[in-house]
Amino acid sequence: MDIISILIAWGPYLLGGIAVTLGLVLSALAIGFVLGLPIALIQVYGNRMLRAPAAVYVWFFRGLPILVLLFLFYFGIFPVMGLDFPPFVVGAVVLGLRGAAYQSQIFRGAIQSIAEGQMTAALSLGMTRWMAIRTIILPQALRISLPGWSNEYPEILTDSAVCYAIGVMELLTRTSQIVSQTYVTLPVYMACAGIFILLNYAGMQVILRAEEKFAIPGFGIQSG
Amino acid sequence: MSDYILRVVDLHKNFGEREILHGISFNVKKGETIVFIGPSGTGKSTLLRCINQLTVPDRGHVYIDDDEITGCGHRISEYRQRIGMVFQNFNLFDHLTAVQNVEIAPIKVRKMDKTLARDKAMEELRRVGMEDWADHYPSELSGGQAQRVSIARSLAMDPEVILFDEPTSALDPELTREVLEVMKDLAKSGMTMLVVTHEMGFARSVATEVVFMEGGQIVEQGPPSEIMKNPKHPRTREFIGKISEH
Repeated sequence: MDIISILIAWGPYLLGGIAVTLGLVLSALAIGFVLGLPIALIQVYGNRMLRAPAAVYVWFFRGLPILVLLFLFYFGIFPVMGLDFPPFVVGAVVLGLRGAAYQSQIFRGAIQSIAEGQMTAALSLGMTRWMAIRTIILPQALRISLPGWSNEYPEILTDSAVCYAIGVMELLTRTSQIVSQTYVTLPVYMACAGIFILLNYAGMQVILRAEEKFAIPGFGIQSG
Repeated sequence: MSDYILRVVDLHKNFGEREILHGISFNVKKGETIVFIGPSGTGKSTLLRCINQLTVPDRGHVYIDDDEITGCGHRISEYRQRIGMVFQNFNLFDHLTAVQNVEIAPIKVRKMDKTLARDKAMEELRRVGMEDWADHYPSELSGGQAQRVSIARSLAMDPEVILFDEPTSALDPELTREVLEVMKDLAKSGMTMLVVTHEMGFARSVATEVVFMEGGQIVEQGPPSEIMKNPKHPRTREFIGKISEH
């Protein structure tokens, strides 16, 4: 079989893989954001009681190979907790938990880069600390984080392929199945690689648009 | 007692071993402009920051009207609404336009209706001559313009007192003048102001009282005519002499 007819025959199956891969990536980015931002806030503004567990979390999830984390949760932690999650959920959660550790450090750096005077001025106007964080610090910190944050997308997109190891039906898993069905190797893996590159490119375009949209004159990030 | 809008009683502050404020007391009547002068590092800025508790004093009391600000816990944000502050480096919110800088505290802190807050913000910008710059970001403003916007920002909360912490120290002489003009108008309009500055001309023409500080203490205080022309204390004389040589 030539690659064209393989792609035609298996196209819909591969498209399904793209959907699963994007599902993994978007869920992981969302989980990473939702957990990573509070971790960053705790590390900058929290008391010692809160800072210690946050530091341990970051150390743990950045310190282990992704495949080890995946097996640890899929075969170990979740089953012991009596949680019978399907592979997709485990993959998304593990990628997300790990992403949170990385994202938290992006946000932490951004928050710490904001001049002390911004908080001082907000407090002097009668804002509470939390109000100042929400209305003054975060809108600035998130803008500053965007360039660093945009690296998270290609990271997680490429990492997502390890979910093959626990049988998530994502792009690489489906590609391997096609290879074992058709005995065509190089062209099929090339097609898989091409799709990853396209997904990477398309995602970065979206992020660049976002950076332009949120750009503010003289405010750190410059578009283009 | 309620003759005074602000009372500072025996304020002490140490930073580690260094004693910054060593028993500062003074009273401010409504509409007065008190100008604090003295060598750098004598605690003038710390004094202002201790008044609105941005720096927490070790000892002493601060009262606005007859309410004690010191040790008031979480109610501090209510008192800070009544005490505006203008900083040496302006500290405008970098992600907001001029008018957004001015309206954000009324909207977020006072829960003011957004349209009303916008009108009020424009009115305050007009008061400092910055209404044409409403939609510009801080990075697009000169230092003098930024400082005028920051004055408008504190005016928008209708404070009873405004603290000016070296408001013109980061500005060249021409920009200094435009900021001092705005402050002069404010003083004339009856605003109560505490000003830390090295601008002797401003002290002479606007201050109701000049306070000379050194080593964390008030050395001498009185009307500008007395302090500037006829200082009693030798240290004051020396300082005034040095300054007027320039």
